[in-house]
Amino acid sequence: MAKLSDVCRHIRSKNAGPFWITIDLFFADAERFARYAHTPALASEAIARLYGVPSESVRKFVVPELAVVKFSYPRAVAQGGPDERDMHGGQQYVRLCHVEV
Amino acid sequence: MPEHSEDTTNVLVPVGALGGGIRESDVAAGIAAGAHAIACDAGSTDSGPAYLATGVSKYGRDSVKADLAILMRAQAAAGIPLLIGSCGTSGCDGALDWTHAIALEIAREEKLSPRIALLYSEQTPDSLERAADENRIEPLAPMSGVDKAVFRDCRHIVALMGPEPYIAALEAGADIVLGGRTTDTAVIAAVPLMRGRDAGAAWHAGKISECGGQCTVNPREGGVMIRVGDNGFIVEPLASPNRCSVESVSAHMLYENSDPYLLHEPGGVLDVRSARYRALDDRRVQVSGSLFEPAPYTMKLEGASGDGFQTLMLIGIQDPKVLAELPRFLGQMQMLLEQRVHATMGERAGAFTISLRPYGWSGVSGVPLSATPPQEIGLLFVATAQTQEIATQIAKNCNPYFFHMPLDLDMELPSYAFPFSPAEIERGEVYSFRLNHRVRVDDPMERVRMELRMPEAAHG
Repeated sequence: MAKLSDVCRHIRSKNAGPFWITIDLFFADAERFARYAHTPALASEAIARLYGVPSESVRKFVVPELAVVKFSYPRAVAQGGPDERDMHGGQQYVRLCHVEV
Repeated sequence: MPEHSEDTTNVLVPVGALGGGIRESDVAAGIAAGAHAIACDAGSTDSGPAYLATGVSKYGRDSVKADLAILMRAQAAAGIPLLIGSCGTSGCDGALDWTHAIALEIAREEKLSPRIALLYSEQTPDSLERAADENRIEPLAPMSGVDKAVFRDCRHIVALMGPEPYIAALEAGADIVLGGRTTDTAVIAAVPLMRGRDAGAAWHAGKISECGGQCTVNPREGGVMIRVGDNGFIVEPLASPNRCSVESVSAHMLYENSDPYLLHEPGGVLDVRSARYRALDDRRVQVSGSLFEPAPYTMKLEGASGDGFQTLMLIGIQDPKVLAELPRFLGQMQMLLEQRVHATMGERAGAFTISLRPYGWSGVSGVPLSATPPQEIGLLFVATAQTQEIATQIAKNCNPYFFHMPLDLDMELPSYAFPFSPAEIERGEVYSFRLNHRVRVDDPMERVRMELRMPEAAHG
C-alpha cells in the first residue's frame, strides 16, 4: 500500500481564519488523483477520526482541474488561545502523510 | 478581453502585508506598466489574538515605515491613489493611528503632502448589544449563539469593511487611504469597482492578489499587477524574472480558504466555480467567468479578550530509560505536578492548568507520529493562571518536581538539563479570539468613521 505522501507531490495545512484548518492534497498527476480522490482513507469520516472532530463538520472538496483534494475542519478551540501548539496550523498536515491509501 | 492598460483598471499589489518587505524596483516596474492604483493590506488574524487584544502591530515599526515610504514616494510621483487596509495588523483604531503617525513622519521627512483619509471600523460593545437586540448579529460556523457579555470581555472588536468606504474616501479627494480592518480582497477590488469594472472580475482579482506574490511561481519575488476589465482580469508578476502560471493562479483560491469556490464578502459572494484560467504567455494569466452574487450587506466581527497569564519552564531530557517510557513518565509527572500545586497553594491557585509539551515527541500536535522513542526531547512546562503572580508561583512550587522527577519514584533523583537561571520565564498575558460573527448593516458606512486630513501646513 502506498502512503499519501507517495502519491501526492505536495501536501500542506494552514489556518482558514481563526476557527478553521484547511488541508490541500496536490496529487502527483491526474491518474493518481482519479485513483485516490474517493478512496475510503480520504473519506470525511476518516479525516474526522484522524483529527478528532465530528465527521459532519469536515468539508471535503474535490478539485479535478488542479488534481487536488481539500479538507477543511473546525478547530476544537479558536486559534491562539492558552493551549495553542500550532498557531498557523502549518504542521497539521504531517499526520496525514503517513495514511495508507 | 482587451490586453492593453487603457482598457483595464490596473492595481499594483506590492506585497501580501505592509511591512513584509517591498522592493522599490518592483513598484517602479508596476508604475511603468500602467498602474492606476496601489493597494495592499497590512493585517491578518493569522498570527493570533494578541495583536487585536493589545492593538500592537506584528511587524516592527521600521519594517512598516520602510515599506510605506516606498509606496508614498511612488504615490506622489505617479499621482495615483494608495490604499492600505487592516493597518497595524489588527486594524483597530489604535493600530490605524499608529500607522497614520508613521505616514505623517514619512511625509515630513520626504517633503510630501498627501491628503490622507482614515477609515475607522472599531466597534463599541454598546452598539453591538443594540444590534444583537435587533437580531442583526449572527454566528458563523463552527460557533453558535450570540452572547452579549462577550462584547464587554473583548479588549477590541473590529468590523471588516468592504470596498465602499475606500471608494467614498477617494471620491472625497484622498490621495492615500489608510483603513482599519478590511477584507483583504476589498482593498484591492475598490478602485476597479469604483471605475465600474465587472464585480466578479474585481473581487476575484482581489482574492488572487491578496497575498502579493503568493499567486506566482516564485512567491519570494515581489508582488503582482492585476488588470481588471469588463469581463475578466489579467494577473502578472511585477518582477521581470518571475512568472504566473495557470496553476499558480488558480491554486491560490485554495490558500487559507475553507471553501475553494465561494468567498463571502461584505456585500455578496464571489463564486469562481465557472472561472476559466488561460495562459496569455509564459508570465501572464487571464481569468474570466467569475461571478459576484450580491447579498444583504454584512460585516464580519473579530474580537479578542484576555485569557489568563502564563509562566514557562523548559528542560531537555536524554535519559534513555525515561525516553523509552515517555507516556508513563509524562502521565505521572502531570498528576504529581497538579497534586503539588494543590498541596502547596490550595485555593489560592484558583483555576489553573499545567500543560506539558514534549517537543521531539508529541509537542506539536499532542499525538506522537511514531512509537519509536526519540533520542532527546525538550519538555516545555506551561502554567496558565488568573494572574501572572499566581502562574509564576505555580511554576516555582513545581520547580523541584519538574526538574528532578524520576521515572520510578524509588529511584535516585535525576537532574534534567535545564538551560536558564532563574528557571521560570514569565510570558505575560495570553488572549483568545472570542467572536466569529457577522453584523448586518443598512449602509456600508454605517459602522465606519471616515476622517479626511489635509496636508500639514508646514510643508503643504
